[in-house]
Amino acid sequence: MSVDKDTVRKIGRLARIHVPEESQEQIAGELNHILSWVEQLGEVDTSDVEPLASVTGHNLPMRADRVTDGEKADDVLKNAPQSASGFFVVPKVVE
Amino acid sequence: METDVSNLVSGRTGDWEVVIGMEVHAQVTSQSKLFSGSSAEFGADPNMHVSLVDAAMPGMLPVINEECVRQAIRTGLGINAQINLTSVFDRKNYFYADLPQGYQISQFQHPIVGEGEVTIELKDGSQHVIGIERIHLEQDAGKSMHDQHPTQSYIDLNRSGVALMEIVSRPDIRSAEQAGAYIKKLRSILRYLGTCDGNMEEGSMRADVNVSVRRPGDPLGTRTETKNLNSVRFIMQAIDYEVERQIELIEDGGEVDQETRLFDTSTGTTRAMRSKEDAHDYRYFPDPDLLPLSFTQAYVDSLKAELPELPDQIKQRMVTEYGLSSYDASVLTEERETAAYYEAASDGQDRKMVANWMSVELFGALNKAGTNLADCPVAPQQLGALVGLITDGTISGKIAKDVFADMFDTGKNPADIIEEKGLKQVSDTGAIETMIDDVLAANQDKVAEYKSGKDKLFGFFVGQTMKLSRGQANPALVNQLLKAKLDS
Amino acid sequence: MTELLSLSATEAKRALTQKEISAVELTTAYLEAIDQTAGLNNYVAVTADKALEMAANSDKKIAGGTAGTLEGLPVGVKDLFCTQDVSTTACSEILRNFVPPYESTVTDNLWQAGGVMLGKLNCDEFAMGSANETSCFGPAVNPWSAEVPLAAGGSSGGSASAVAARSALLATGTDTGGSIRQPAAFCGVVGMKPTYGRCSRWGIVAFASSLDQAGPFTRTVADSALMLSAMAGHDPKDSTSAPDEMPDLTKALSCGVKGMKIGIPAEYEMDGMDPEIVALWQQGQNWMVEAGAELVEISLPHTKYALPAYYIIAPAEASSNLARYDGVRYGVRTDDVQSLDDMYEKSRAAGFGDEVQRRIMIGTYALSAGYYDAYYKKAQQVRRLIRQDFDTAFASVDAILTPATPTAAFALGQKQDDPLTMYLNDVFTVPANLAGIPGISVPAGLSKDGLPLGLQLLAGAFCEDKLYATAATLESMANFTTSAPKAA
Repeated sequence: MSVDKDTVRKIGRLARIHVPEESQEQIAGELNHILSWVEQLGEVDTSDVEPLASVTGHNLPMRADRVTDGEKADDVLKNAPQSASGFFVVPKVVE
Repeated sequence: METDVSNLVSGRTGDWEVVIGMEVHAQVTSQSKLFSGSSAEFGADPNMHVSLVDAAMPGMLPVINEECVRQAIRTGLGINAQINLTSVFDRKNYFYADLPQGYQISQFQHPIVGEGEVTIELKDGSQHVIGIERIHLEQDAGKSMHDQHPTQSYIDLNRSGVALMEIVSRPDIRSAEQAGAYIKKLRSILRYLGTCDGNMEEGSMRADVNVSVRRPGDPLGTRTETKNLNSVRFIMQAIDYEVERQIELIEDGGEVDQETRLFDTSTGTTRAMRSKEDAHDYRYFPDPDLLPLSFTQAYVDSLKAELPELPDQIKQRMVTEYGLSSYDASVLTEERETAAYYEAASDGQDRKMVANWMSVELFGALNKAGTNLADCPVAPQQLGALVGLITDGTISGKIAKDVFADMFDTGKNPADIIEEKGLKQVSDTGAIETMIDDVLAANQDKVAEYKSGKDKLFGFFVGQTMKLSRGQANPALVNQLLKAKLDS
Repeated sequence: MTELLSLSATEAKRALTQKEISAVELTTAYLEAIDQTAGLNNYVAVTADKALEMAANSDKKIAGGTAGTLEGLPVGVKDLFCTQDVSTTACSEILRNFVPPYESTVTDNLWQAGGVMLGKLNCDEFAMGSANETSCFGPAVNPWSAEVPLAAGGSSGGSASAVAARSALLATGTDTGGSIRQPAAFCGVVGMKPTYGRCSRWGIVAFASSLDQAGPFTRTVADSALMLSAMAGHDPKDSTSAPDEMPDLTKALSCGVKGMKIGIPAEYEMDGMDPEIVALWQQGQNWMVEAGAELVEISLPHTKYALPAYYIIAPAEASSNLARYDGVRYGVRTDDVQSLDDMYEKSRAAGFGDEVQRRIMIGTYALSAGYYDAYYKKAQQVRRLIRQDFDTAFASVDAILTPATPTAAFALGQKQDDPLTMYLNDVFTVPANLAGIPGISVPAGLSKDGLPLGLQLLAGAFCEDKLYATAATLESMANFTTSAPKAA
């Protein structure tokens, strides 16, 4: 499982991080370096091991169905780089 | 699944079988959102029904709404599905302007509801079972508006985080008609349960439709997914268009691309999305901000015990206990309100006659007036009373239609209208005999013709007598007495 | 002035209660110390006016007899905690202009207890780093530096540096893989990571949600117990927050270790370990025996795999957690763009530093189609084995004693060439995060270069009482009293 320039471009695209052509090679190298070190996990026999996603032994707590929040458009929009008439504004999207 | 020959579509080069699966997104009926306390209500100024959680501010965390869980379980029970006592919320990662977190919290590997089924009935009386693969809970996204500005899109997050149930069918649907019946039936079940208002115009219910075609008996063909259809008509149109397009494409030697398509409501056609999402790679993984969702079988059982009677059960009762036809019963149970109206109107009355009066006169009048049952001026008990007045011989069926028209206009009770207008049926033998005598006296030539063998004139004498009584004479008595007099 | 600064929190609290000093005096002394030690770059924002206002308020409360447990004690806040109306940047370019309209639960708890906010402390960008070198404000400097500036450690480098430099009496940190315990060891202060779920994550900029825990930086173990008691507590806004009651930590401080079993894990003795660290660890074991504890050799067989598992799990969660930084609702946006996607890609490329980008890329790759099982799932399986190792160990021991770091503080810039050598700093601390158990780093000695070295104690989940009992003993045996040469 080796990461090449193409993969770097693909990951960059998935993660929405622009990776300039000239640094793709170097990043591929860095990722391979880390991933090959990670590969030692393969030494561990995990055939019957359930993955551990959460260390808390508790059940998911639930809240009552009440409206307790919202009505704070000013707070919501306060940090927006661009907004208009109460909307967030982004470059036009073509579907 | 066996090929159902009745649904084959013929192309230039032979028959095709259509295979359809649907993913229906139904907004869960709740006060607040799935993971935040802001309002789930439709229609508000932009970004007003938005909390800092919905806007995905740094450090904000989701806390699940117990009502949404309850509603999802009830929905599962309503389609006889398996309820999973433990399920897991996953993150579905992708970037979009109206997806603030950069991921949607959904359920991927372990949904809350497993396999179930929905039975549909078509106009020809045939029944089909559509398998449900799963129902899972997930967050809705916000709304992007692309037509407000030439170079900008506007984002409103009011819907962001609203609870949806995604109801995934098996590819068991074979025609646009079946698809239409399926979505209607599903909507009906959800409305009976009160788990979704089924309001497609407001987007409370949307469907993604997967369509493919194949030669009968062949493996599945390549499918396309047409997204976000928000009316029964659009669903059926989109399917018809896709079926025709795919058959033509293949018959011309082409291949169907597996792709996402958009439906154009103005032309009734579909087109491939321009912004082809580069290889869907959603990188699902369990949401570390949440723990596995679990509840007890006892909780599920308690919800099951409180479930309302559902359309299939009511329909069954209407057929076996009331003697209604399966189709009539289907029509009357499609909407919870209709069934409730019918039950109230037919209580203590001739059940079949009330069913006929509803499907012909009442729905006809509502259609003509452009209104619906919720705003109907005739109360169910009033309609029942009208039918009662027919069966007890107070008025004839013909007069009843006039009375009904009056009731619909004025909202008055049928008995009052009959009283005011003196429409009560005449069943007094003496009075009818007097009228018959007058008719026969005035038409002696015809009486002679009748007696010489022109039997058909009997109807003429009935008509004349009824006319003389201004329709109020009891038709059965008129017949009986006329016969006695003419044949004596 | 220096007299005020030399007081521990416990001592200052007593002096305040007895009105020997005022909160305003104490706060003023700290604000001056911040100025004096500005060269250490451990603060990224100083909230002097707010601090004096809060201190004045504390004096009123003390006078009125309504003092909270931290009344009048000056606190520095890692810039990962959202603070209402005070810039919160996570030391990232992408959040440089972000001012949250909300206060994190942990800091709110501190202010409710009477803590006085001094300002925001430097850290690695989004807490990703082990030397505070990834901060967009440049690295915090270790006050133990002589000619060559030394790393304060990371990610909570500013917090460790400020407490060691006496420019904060108390400081908050967060620990995802060692981000409290490692810098505490480098700077000769006490750093504690609670059981996962003890401190609410609400309002803390997320790095890796299943690992992140907030915890205290203090000068003494008693101060640590005091501060943690105020920070922690169940929070309904965080679904992973634990409802378990916190044991009485003050009581635990005086319990001693007589009769306790202290586990010594064979696997923590690693190849090529600094002999000074080995010697200190041995010394720590001797102290424990001297204090009446029994040493038990234990095995944590999967220790070696903790680090590689961590470097899949943490980046995977981070890649998703950091998707919200897209320049739409807050943060920095690159304007010269062709499309929405272009805006995302350029804003994120410009806004995130190299290490953050590297981890997002690794995490994205580990979750992507075809690699999930090999990396993410595998790492989560190994994580379970690591947790089981600890469960087995804590069935027979009360606490585990290990080194805190493989080396003393290194020079800034020394480990920048290879990310892996930097990652190895967390070798002793990462297992506790994966297992969700509490750990504390206590300064225990000096290297031959005169730099502080720390020992780490670990306890079972929710056994903070045992952790503090052993830590207090270790502290008194080690009797580490030297203060940093560059302290105020």
